[in-house]
Amino acid sequence: MCFEAKRLFRLALGPVLMLVSAVALAAGGEVNQVNMSPGVTEVSQEIYSLHMIILGICTIIGIGVFGVMFYSIYAHRKSRGHEPATFHESTKVEIAWTIIPFFILIGMAFPATSTLLDIYDNDDAEMDVLITGYQWKWKYEYLNEQGENVSFFSNLRTSQSEIYNTEQKGEHYLLEVDEPLVLPADTKVRFLVTANDVIHSWWVPELAVKKDAIPGFINEAWTRTTVEGVYRGQCAELCGKDHGFMPIVVNVVSKDEYNEWLGTKQSEAAQIKELMAQTFTLDELMERGKAVYDRNCLACHGAGGEGGVGTAIAGSAIATGELGGHLDIGVNGVPGTAMQAFGGQLNDVDMAAVITYQRNAFGNNMGDMVQPIDVFNFKKG
Amino acid sequence: MGDHHHGPAKGISRWLFTTNHKDIGTMYLWFSFAMFILGGAFAMIIRAELFQPGMQLVDPAFFNQMTTLHGLVMVFGAIMPSFVGLANWMIPMMIGAPDMALPRMNNWSFWILPPAFLLLASTLFMEGGAPAFGWTFYAPLSTTYAPPSVTIFIFCIHVLGLSSIMGSINIIATVMNMRAPGMTYMKMPLFVWTWLITAFLLVAVMPVLAGAVTMMLMDIHFGTSFFSAAGGGDPVLFQHIFWFFGHPEVYIIILPAFGVVSQIIPAFSRKPLFGYDSMVYATASIAFLSFIVWAHHMYTVGMPIAGELFFMYATMLIAVPTGVKVFNWISTMWRGALTFETPMLFCMGFLVLFTIGGFTGLMLSIAPSDFQYHDSYFVVAHFHYVMVAGAVFSMTAAVYYWLPKWCGRMYNETMGKTHFWISFIGFNLTFFPQHFVGLAGMPRRIPDYALQFADFNMMSSIGAFIYGASQILFLYNVIATIVSGKPTSEEKVWDGAEGLEWTVPTPAPYHTFETPPKIDPAHAHS
Repeated sequence: MCFEAKRLFRLALGPVLMLVSAVALAAGGEVNQVNMSPGVTEVSQEIYSLHMIILGICTIIGIGVFGVMFYSIYAHRKSRGHEPATFHESTKVEIAWTIIPFFILIGMAFPATSTLLDIYDNDDAEMDVLITGYQWKWKYEYLNEQGENVSFFSNLRTSQSEIYNTEQKGEHYLLEVDEPLVLPADTKVRFLVTANDVIHSWWVPELAVKKDAIPGFINEAWTRTTVEGVYRGQCAELCGKDHGFMPIVVNVVSKDEYNEWLGTKQSEAAQIKELMAQTFTLDELMERGKAVYDRNCLACHGAGGEGGVGTAIAGSAIATGELGGHLDIGVNGVPGTAMQAFGGQLNDVDMAAVITYQRNAFGNNMGDMVQPIDVFNFKKG
Repeated sequence: MGDHHHGPAKGISRWLFTTNHKDIGTMYLWFSFAMFILGGAFAMIIRAELFQPGMQLVDPAFFNQMTTLHGLVMVFGAIMPSFVGLANWMIPMMIGAPDMALPRMNNWSFWILPPAFLLLASTLFMEGGAPAFGWTFYAPLSTTYAPPSVTIFIFCIHVLGLSSIMGSINIIATVMNMRAPGMTYMKMPLFVWTWLITAFLLVAVMPVLAGAVTMMLMDIHFGTSFFSAAGGGDPVLFQHIFWFFGHPEVYIIILPAFGVVSQIIPAFSRKPLFGYDSMVYATASIAFLSFIVWAHHMYTVGMPIAGELFFMYATMLIAVPTGVKVFNWISTMWRGALTFETPMLFCMGFLVLFTIGGFTGLMLSIAPSDFQYHDSYFVVAHFHYVMVAGAVFSMTAAVYYWLPKWCGRMYNETMGKTHFWISFIGFNLTFFPQHFVGLAGMPRRIPDYALQFADFNMMSSIGAFIYGASQILFLYNVIATIVSGKPTSEEKVWDGAEGLEWTVPTPAPYHTFETPPKIDPAHAHS
């Protein structure tokens, strides 16, 4: 009740808030935030002050223009008996209001140009991260000259039941991922941005980085964050059905913490390599497979394999048919449809598990299973 | 036969075979209003889904179809044809011509429109659904990843382009050849000027759009790779071509609106338009600049810095001629004898809100800040301030202003004013909060959003329903006027109105200016 009343009060207050937007300089992601957030990098703060300068100039001009207009509406109305003047030109005035705005614009161009130069200064980066947009998730790859690259996908973590209103929405509804991008603080990080399918755009407002991810091309952007924290963003370019459901979470930590995290990721990668050589039991595969399914397949094929955007898996000819055909679809996808090639997205262990799961869940009691080595051999041809 | 002074034919054949500029203008206006309602219905679905966080009414795929069709229908079906309708009705009457220069083509350019939109709307019922890639249809979402209905969409765009090009050629031919003796270019009403310039823009850029969709067609069906990097093409090439059309397109929409406002403000200020010459030059400058600023829609695609700077500087320059226009309108009002009938109210609404849209436009032109604004709701707010409060408000003003001349009956002033105030409040309630959520980081074209955006989105949706409902009042007022409005036979319906259209009888007869009027050489311009 109290909450509702507060909410209504805020709703009514909205238009007033805009007038005092200057007070809302606090950090981003706030409820009912009305202005751009200054962000946590030098560039984001430069952009913020540029934004405020231009907004200020526009406001002053606006007050002048509307002031004159409203004075005229008040004083020069026929109902007050005002007789119309007949003037209809004045060369002097017209030249003045052409030239003066021109000089104001030149004044704006200086700070704009210098900020743009900073945004484009991609040199001397201390580390590189390759960001690849997929329908509808992000892949991060740490390009490490010294050794093992670390790479992983970052998927939306918000559950379908939150989205479809059968469960209370969490604090970071739609802005939470299963695995965030982890970056060290006080380090110039260069992003190489590209896409696998359609155009996406990687945007984190607090970092003031927005760069289109274009299939077949690599764009550059950079950031250096001084403040540790969690920064959230979203895909900014319409990329199909789940465009609204591919958030970005950047976790900026101290350099030590970052190195520790990187070490863990590297040993995880080594572990996966070991797992590839192992043989699993059906139960192990089913357990792992369910987790992989929920993360990667559920959005299109449904929680019970009943289908949706994708075809049904329960009782499907593929999932209950010959194993090679099933592997082929999983690894290579179906070109021209929303079914992607998951061969490059899942490791062989996960692929083996999810295929096994699909063949033995939802009433598909095939009883057979796929081992990582089978996937490996299939990929080799 | 042989009688050239006949009235309209009877029944449906009057409308199917008509070559009369007034009939064709009427059909354009009704058609565009129907499309306005359809596009508005799509918008209502969008706002209803966005009323609260979470998915309630539609699924994300259908939501994308709605945003796409809303944009396409409003731009190509509602706003553009409405101004063509106005041009058809008013240009011959304003320059003292008996009809348009190419009346048979005129019939054709209207009648290919309804089938094209019927086809476009029918994609909603096709396998795979309607186009869902946004009205800007960026490749490869609109090629490799598009639903099968994209082919129908391409065909529709071709037909719409054909219609626009024919309509424009007609306007150019009419204005250049059919002016009454003594009606020199610098005496033409500003509405005629803005349309002449608009028509040249259309002839220049509609073929570019046709080229873009044809390349898509080739990519989809004939194995080319214009927009696919895998085959040596470039997805960004699509954006360059699209916006080379798309930027002039936004001026195609707004220039005739400038023309309308330049007719109406002097009429209700009872004072000649201030700075007529500079208005003409400003319009021409805006038209020229519109060809060299297209990539400001693409600041984040990874252009070289030299490109970014060029497009930023060129875009900022547009503020100069646009400012001149706003200053001229306000100077026209200055020391006039103002009254505030419905057309004037809508024009003043235009003046305030379009200027706000101009300010946010200037903010968006600043490339570094645009990295934060781009593809956010700030952009959505900006272009609705110029498209709705700019083009639609001025079109509404035009209808109220000329309706008595068209049908010889007066509309209900109280209802008109009520329509204005509800529209004005509804519009601002819808779009002002969108500046906030955009700046706070809400991307556009998403069917669901994070919780911190909830309150402003709810306000936006309520505003949209109010604005939508106010259009029903408009429709009712127009129909009531035509059917049973207070008859008027005064030639000059508005005491401050100037121009040849106010010298013909009211209601305007089926044929006007069969013999050219005499233009007073001393009279500066209307």
